Amino acid sequence: MELTRGGSGLHLRRYTPARVDLACAGRSLATGEVLDFQLAHARARDAVHALLDAELFAQSLREELPGSPEVLVLRTLAADRAVYLQRPDLGRRLHPESAALLHGDGCDVAVVIADGLSAVAVERSVVPLLQSLLPRLEGWVIGPVAVVSQGRVAVGDEVGALLRARLSLVLIGERPGLSSPASLGAYITWGPGADRTDADRNCVSNICADGLSAEMGAEKIFWYLENARLRGMSGVGLKDGTRVLL
Amino acid sequence: MLLRHTIDSVSYGFRDLKDLLAKATPARAGDELAGVAAGSAVERVAAQMALADLPLRVFLNEAVIPYEADEVTRLIVDSHDAAAFAPIAGFTVGGFRDFLLSEEATGDVLTGLAAGVTPEMAAAVSKLMRVQDLVAVARKIRVVTRFRTTVGLAGRLSTRLQPNHPTDDPMGIAAAMIDGLLLGSGDAVIGINPAGDSVARTGELLRLIDGVRERYSIPTQSCVLAHVTTQIAALEMGAPVDLVFQSIAGTELANASFGVGIGMLEEAYSAALSLRRGTVGENVMYFETGQGSALSANAHHGVDQQTCEARAYGVARRFAPMLVNTVVGFIGPEYLYDGKQILRAGLEDHFCGKLLGLPMGCDVCYTNHAEADQDDMDALLTLLGAAGVNYIMGVPGADDVMLQYQSTSFHDALYLREVLGLRAAPEFEEWLRSDAPRRLTLPVVSQLAGEGL
Repeated sequence: MELTRGGSGLHLRRYTPARVDLACAGRSLATGEVLDFQLAHARARDAVHALLDAELFAQSLREELPGSPEVLVLRTLAADRAVYLQRPDLGRRLHPESAALLHGDGCDVAVVIADGLSAVAVERSVVPLLQSLLPRLEGWVIGPVAVVSQGRVAVGDEVGALLRARLSLVLIGERPGLSSPASLGAYITWGPGADRTDADRNCVSNICADGLSAEMGAEKIFWYLENARLRGMSGVGLKDGTRVLL
Repeated sequence: MLLRHTIDSVSYGFRDLKDLLAKATPARAGDELAGVAAGSAVERVAAQMALADLPLRVFLNEAVIPYEADEVTRLIVDSHDAAAFAPIAGFTVGGFRDFLLSEEATGDVLTGLAAGVTPEMAAAVSKLMRVQDLVAVARKIRVVTRFRTTVGLAGRLSTRLQPNHPTDDPMGIAAAMIDGLLLGSGDAVIGINPAGDSVARTGELLRLIDGVRERYSIPTQSCVLAHVTTQIAALEMGAPVDLVFQSIAGTELANASFGVGIGMLEEAYSAALSLRRGTVGENVMYFETGQGSALSANAHHGVDQQTCEARAYGVARRFAPMLVNTVVGFIGPEYLYDGKQILRAGLEDHFCGKLLGLPMGCDVCYTNHAEADQDDMDALLTLLGAAGVNYIMGVPGADDVMLQYQSTSFHDALYLREVLGLRAAPEFEEWLRSDAPRRLTLPVVSQLAGEGL
């Protein structure tokens, strides 16, 4: 039986991460190619469905972050993954029991960590990122760190508002792709509250082993936090400001 | 208008036409999310029974979104062809389904009806159809379009070659293009989704495709799927624009969230026509759509997502497009939860588009947070082939490394052509038989990629 490697013999793989020059069996793909794809998809699926052990993760934050911050474990109205995936509105709202844990002493920034679509990304990237970021925030009043299960980006609005935070920083597992199953995103929102929309946020995306390093991610996030605080705003307007400052 | 249907002495009431359409829709996540879906399985069937008894004429008198409030409604109402509607004017929605399946409804008859069928009528009848009905009726309708190739002929299946790259690297794009061309992909269009939406980048990528196309005399058309205003700006600066692309939706508000309106599309259409770059025809527009886009922009007016989708086809058909495809599973599980919902939505969209006279293709696809996998895509792909879909996507190994979702591969198209005995567009098939593909070499393409910059 004949297996052919690509059609081209041009070594196209050198030029793109795309799946070019695939080996064939007849007109279909050879076994190895099919299984490679299945593995990539399986990794992405496992990342989507992996549960964040919030208590254990919170403990690791208390132990590993500078200054041993207070860490709260919260959940949303989305009871499980199936509900979470179908009802984005529920993943944006805190369960009343969790909301009751938050008190508004006021702070400069509320750090909110949500599993999002990749708990794996949270487990891998949040600690090194915050280890790099928190020392930069000298003189900032940082609220208790919130770990939210079944959370979406906008849950940071409710957490931030209840903590009376001037800014929220949401760190969340991004939608896994076949080539990046564990990528973390960061969203910065000035004046977190119920009336905020995506246009009011700035985003630093693709923080992971193959993407933005923890150090680089922290630097970008710090830029947004500092400039949001200076200018009293975040979102589209702040992005425009970047160009002026450059 | 209150509509009622009684089952087991329980009377189910439906507030108005849009409520009835939403509740008659087969179950899907987006309608549940919007709070417009039927509350129970029996209520859904009650709605379908009430809908089956509803005269088609009602659709001409009651708009799901008011005429005054929405330019898409105005377009649908103002462009309705009463003469084309006349042969079906006496039907109920259920009677229309029976007619569509009858031997009397030949391809020619159905083509003649298209201008008399409104998007809402198409959506309504599709809600009463099973998967096999959606295949059987769509299969009868051929919508043929032309630019440098002829797409949509009976017995043919075309592909859009989609050589995306995460950073738009010209060599990376050229490599994926060569891979696809050597595997017989690209007769519908070679279309790149750019990572960045800039006029300069759009021009560079268009020159890259155009250079390869001219060097190897490839009969196909190119497209860079930036925002329509970006493409027109590139065109005005002399870029070789073949097809002009835009994502569209079924309400004025949702289109506004895409930054477009019908007037803007009209300007783009005349600009593209004025270049006269087509050799065998003048279909110059390319549209993508997908169920859930209106809800996602909070612009659905309480109308179910499948009816909104059909209304997008009402916008598309004004512009005699070369290509229209639903990107069915891209939007995610909040709108189409699993393989079953994606499969039915893909076939509904294909059917409604064809019934309304559009050259429908489909991006058979899913994301990693949807309950779907390659088996689901194989099933939808094969059913669409049986339904006579005009084209599907060709993505290296089905894995789009820029958009991070899974579509269909070059090999998937070869599979479909083989099992269903389908062939490429005639002009492209002739090119594949020539010695031109064997001359495709990377050094020359890399030179062209360099010139593109």
